[in-house]
Amino acid sequence: MKRTRLYPAHEKAGAKLVEFFGWEMPIEYSGILQEHMAVRQKAGLFDVSHMGEIVISGNHALDFVQYLTPNDASRLDENKAQYSALTTPDGTFVDDLLVYYLDENVYLLVVNAANSDKDYQWILDHKNGYDVEVHNLSDDYTQVALQGPEAQKILQPLTDIDLEDIPGFGVARGKVGGVEALVSRTGYTGEDGFEIYTRAQDPEKIWDVILEEGKSFGLLPIGLGARDTLRLEARLMLYGNDIDEATTVLEAGMRWLVKFKKGDFLGREALLKQKEEGILRKIIGFELLGKGIARPHYPVYVGDEEVSKVRSGSFSPFFHKSIGLTYLPVEYTEIGSEFAIDIRGKSVKAKVVPTPFYKREEIQ
Amino acid sequence: MYPDNYYYTKDHEWLKIEGDKATVGITDFAQKQLGDVVYVELPQPGAQLEFHQSLGVIESVKAVSDIYSPIAGEVIESNENLNDSPELVNDDPHGKGWIIQLKIKDEGELDKLMSASEYEKFLEGLEE
Repeated sequence: MKRTRLYPAHEKAGAKLVEFFGWEMPIEYSGILQEHMAVRQKAGLFDVSHMGEIVISGNHALDFVQYLTPNDASRLDENKAQYSALTTPDGTFVDDLLVYYLDENVYLLVVNAANSDKDYQWILDHKNGYDVEVHNLSDDYTQVALQGPEAQKILQPLTDIDLEDIPGFGVARGKVGGVEALVSRTGYTGEDGFEIYTRAQDPEKIWDVILEEGKSFGLLPIGLGARDTLRLEARLMLYGNDIDEATTVLEAGMRWLVKFKKGDFLGREALLKQKEEGILRKIIGFELLGKGIARPHYPVYVGDEEVSKVRSGSFSPFFHKSIGLTYLPVEYTEIGSEFAIDIRGKSVKAKVVPTPFYKREEIQ
Repeated sequence: MYPDNYYYTKDHEWLKIEGDKATVGITDFAQKQLGDVVYVELPQPGAQLEFHQSLGVIESVKAVSDIYSPIAGEVIESNENLNDSPELVNDDPHGKGWIIQLKIKDEGELDKLMSASEYEKFLEGLEE
């Protein structure tokens, strides 16, 4: 199994480690519920170095990125990042990702750990005719995420970057704990926070100074277990569960991600056709009405008909409810619609609820 | 750590005998493995259980685990407190986190179970 450069810190903190797509990662340190609530109420620090980093550079870098993704990368500059995707000709997902403009003709794609190699190959397979170089720098980068209402207060004394100036999805460069880093106000939790990237050989300094500074604020190290419950409450997609090569960007409720007017891109035609004809199914958020917890792969029923499977499903630590995501035929996707989920042979009622389940303003 | 007067199984359940009644729960080792318990599916009173039959399920945030009956018997009571406070299983696994109470069918089946010291040795073996 691969280990990130921060592995010694996880061992020291007594993390419970698991295998995650070939990586030995912390699933929890002090407990998922406690870690989840720390991020909602104070702050949490995540090692996300397992994510992939692919750099596209060269004269046609922007054109190539525009071709590969549905969002409009021409709107990026060194101060802005954007959420986007690698799409197939069918308008479905190869992966979801963040795009950063590093320099003129240099773009950084931050991709899911599970898809690093697949995405790199996909990009190479499509670069014919584009004057570009593609480099998989995943092994060079260390990435940490600092998330929570106290994140900025904790990070500011540790960096020469003026964090107040960074808007959502904004990007800045500077030092964190004396280490050169790229910092963006992005994250996967629904809270305010920062993702910090470095290619330095001593990245553990960043982890250590944040953990130390964060102590008095109640900062905790956070594992993959709470990472999942946090992102689910914020209705952030998990590739492989909620989105994959069989779900289109429109079915996944991301019409806003598709900039049809920017020019041609992989999947444009298919998505345009689907937009005109109307989608047949759509992803929705649900709340279980009966006892139990709906989990991924559990069958979903409307009446007697099995219509889909639960995509993401878990206990929500903030709401103390069983929540999840699934695709339903569009005619059943109205808020308040009821349907049923088969939980180990028992039919339990569920209803469609607005998402995100959790919005930052709800902090008690 | 592990009460001397309890019996234990390889699936990390414990059994406390009081006359012909037995109280069943999961051990401290099990609750640590599971992580935060968020839901417990309990059997109804009157349910007939065989040795090693699934009597219900304990759910942590990440996983669903079957609970196996350490002995044959009839369910007298399920710990209803676990409905509102499933965390009792984590906080007090050998006490307030008890799961069911059964009327034992055959006391002879106790021979299949481990004593506290045997269970502790068993746990040491697992760590190797």
